[in-house]
Amino acid sequence: MGENGMKNSDIKICILRIEGTNCEDEMYYSFERLGAKPELVHLKQLIKRKNLFDYHCLMIPGGFSTGDYVRAGAIFAALIKSRLVKEIKKFVEEGYPVGGVCNGFQVLVELGLLPGFDRKMNVEAVLTINDSNRFECRPTLLKHENNGNSVFTKKIKKGKILMLPSAHAEGKFLFPKNREKKYLKRLIDNDQIVFRYVNEKGECAGYPWNPNGSFYNIAGICNPEGNVFGMMPHPERVFYRWQHPDWTRTNLKNLDGDGKVVFESVLEYIRKRF
Amino acid sequence: MYHVDVIINLKKGIADPEGVNTKKALGMLGFKVKDVSSAKIFRITLGVKNKKDAEKKVGEMCRKLLANPVIHDYKIMVK
Repeated sequence: MGENGMKNSDIKICILRIEGTNCEDEMYYSFERLGAKPELVHLKQLIKRKNLFDYHCLMIPGGFSTGDYVRAGAIFAALIKSRLVKEIKKFVEEGYPVGGVCNGFQVLVELGLLPGFDRKMNVEAVLTINDSNRFECRPTLLKHENNGNSVFTKKIKKGKILMLPSAHAEGKFLFPKNREKKYLKRLIDNDQIVFRYVNEKGECAGYPWNPNGSFYNIAGICNPEGNVFGMMPHPERVFYRWQHPDWTRTNLKNLDGDGKVVFESVLEYIRKRF
Repeated sequence: MYHVDVIINLKKGIADPEGVNTKKALGMLGFKVKDVSSAKIFRITLGVKNKKDAEKKVGEMCRKLLANPVIHDYKIMVK
């Protein structure tokens, strides 16, 4: 319980959907199972009838919004930019958490909220077509590399390895070629790197451990303030241990699924902060 | 009325898996191909008064939606 006595049941989550989003139901249940009050909100509802500031957190789910036309997430981002840009900017500035998974990560990057170096919502990175030129769908191992800046992973120890499923065709994180080194240094200095693809030993490795050829094996990052977070793999798909592919082969049956802690972390942040 | 073709292609040095795979497939069909790169064309019809306006508008479209400046170049051709 936070200083104001806020409970999980007081926390309202806006899960934003449009045509082609998926896994929003899994995301909804992930929050509901923890006692929070999620709501599936269509972008049109948010533009016309609802107020973003009625919620404590904005989540953009995975999927193939608007058929992935133009580029994955580009049209969803353009729609948000055209009608909600002021609200979202203020929401982020006031410290409310914004999270994107898979397609949601692509939307946040296309919106310019991630990596968010200049705070002016300029596009500074891209999630582009996988090196393999195909849809990569498999469990991936992610090493948590954040030192405590990211509000979505505060409860995960640095160095811990999680198994979360990846399912995307456009997940290769890239910076502009001529600014790669500069931007990477900024990511590290600001503690913005959250997850990196690793092998069984916890070392950064190539394909298939890194399913898309992502620069610096980046799987998830946050903004400099830590309240905007995006990742390609799906934490909402492994809320329970039995959703892990190796469930029957391991002795971890009584543990939680590896994705659950992401939702717990953000709820804890909201309870403490608001 | 103006018809505008915009070609969105990848910048030099950016991996183009679609091009690489197409090259491979063409090679398997017996074609001797030195290089293949993929690009996307949008054909846009605009009701503007002159060519310059058409170019300006489509340039804005590229910056706001059609291209990502990190990996893409674009070429505008007004007919």
